Amino acid sequence: MTDLLALIVAKYNYWLYVILMMIGLYAMIAKNNLIKKLVGMNIFQTAIILFYISIGYKKNATLPIIENVHGTGGGHIYAIDYINPLPHVLMLTAIVVSVATFGVAMALAVRVYQRYKTLEEDELRMRLSEK
Amino acid sequence: MYWPIDLIVLTFVIFCAIAAIVVKDLLATAILFGAYSFMMCLLWAVMGAVDVAFTEASVGAGVSTVFFVAAIFRTSRRTKD
Amino acid sequence: MKFLGFIVVGLAGAILLYGTGDFPDWGDPYSPASLHISKDYIEKALDQTKVPNIVTAVLADYRGFDTMFETAVIFTAGLACFLLLRDFREKKERFYRHTPTGVILHVKAGKKILDGGKEFEYMDKDWVPSDLIIKTVCRILIPFIQIYALYVVAHGDFSPGGGFQGGVIFGSSLILLAISYNLKTLVKRISEKMLGVYAALGVLIYLGIGVICMLMGGQFLDYAKLAPLIPFDSNHIRALGMLGIEIGVGIAVTAVMAIIYINIVSEGRHDEGL
Repeated sequence: MTDLLALIVAKYNYWLYVILMMIGLYAMIAKNNLIKKLVGMNIFQTAIILFYISIGYKKNATLPIIENVHGTGGGHIYAIDYINPLPHVLMLTAIVVSVATFGVAMALAVRVYQRYKTLEEDELRMRLSEK
Repeated sequence: MYWPIDLIVLTFVIFCAIAAIVVKDLLATAILFGAYSFMMCLLWAVMGAVDVAFTEASVGAGVSTVFFVAAIFRTSRRTKD
Repeated sequence: MKFLGFIVVGLAGAILLYGTGDFPDWGDPYSPASLHISKDYIEKALDQTKVPNIVTAVLADYRGFDTMFETAVIFTAGLACFLLLRDFREKKERFYRHTPTGVILHVKAGKKILDGGKEFEYMDKDWVPSDLIIKTVCRILIPFIQIYALYVVAHGDFSPGGGFQGGVIFGSSLILLAISYNLKTLVKRISEKMLGVYAALGVLIYLGIGVICMLMGGQFLDYAKLAPLIPFDSNHIRALGMLGIEIGVGIAVTAVMAIIYINIVSEGRHDEGL
């Protein structure tokens, strides 16, 4: 019983990330509205970013900003006391790029609406086959 | 970090994600998506990724919601599903 | 389609859930991701760069080349928005308001543009009277937001923050100006041409610092070679180099956020918006 509980505490985060990822994937595949698909894409993206950040987490460690730089602390810095900064760096830029791509996707959606007066996928397909 | 806080915030995140997908009004989707981003920012702050949480609070919950509302203003608000 | 999507999603989820069995436990300090290079970053970053925030040190120094191309991606996104949406055609319908009386003129199929001097002001099609409270609050708030953005950029190497966050906050202050007054106010303050110039200038500052390092005899983005140019503080030369590129990133991100917002909200006509 305690084994099972230990397994759940150790792994439940990953299971919830997978669920979040699947919500995003389902929205991208099955939703009819283009903007809903974009929301699904963003949810998928943040789920992956969340996964990366959680890889870098260490128990009983502090933020990746070194303490007592100007104080008397000094001494040797041990890697085990600080959270892994590398995933943070990679994901920080990924978030800003994601908002830029989100803006471009919104511009495309506005363009599609200007031309076809709809954002629903089935109506779009109908309009396209008329011509 | 205490795992109950983590679990509660993660549950909120998943609720917000499902609600943002299911609701039939795109303006409501925009606001729910902002709430989702903010919960995500909270989760990252709890995990110690302060830089990433800061970025997400300014980018995800702030500017991308504004882009979303701007795009809805120029397209239509209703959706079929 | 819904059923098919559900099957695909279920299968992919099942495979991923099966894969989680092999992951290290959550929060394990000895997981493979924390053993190799990140150990060096944490233990040596302060000695080598004199920057206490390791994330900034890795972002702007160890992986500076990567960040430069991320900035270029953001610049490209702004350019793509401009090219997709910008519409230079004049609008047919125009609305003017006679300021003393409040009478609204509707000019259809505008052959000529009404020039009424100060008496007539151009107005939006979906005009709502601007609210005094919102205008006043935003006018007081915007300078503080901008100072905070500058603070975030300048303190990127001691505390959380940096060029990306500061740029986004500064850009959102410009967007707040456009929302609380109207889009014309923002476009009059910062013209479209200047926004484009700023976006390119940010990327150029980044690139230029790298090239100056090369001219001084080092490698691309090797800030230690900048020391002869800044004689008074050679101990923190790497921190100063990082500050320089953070400023570049901040300028580029600010301009691109404003470009994307203006183009989306006015459908590329830059005349009226939210």
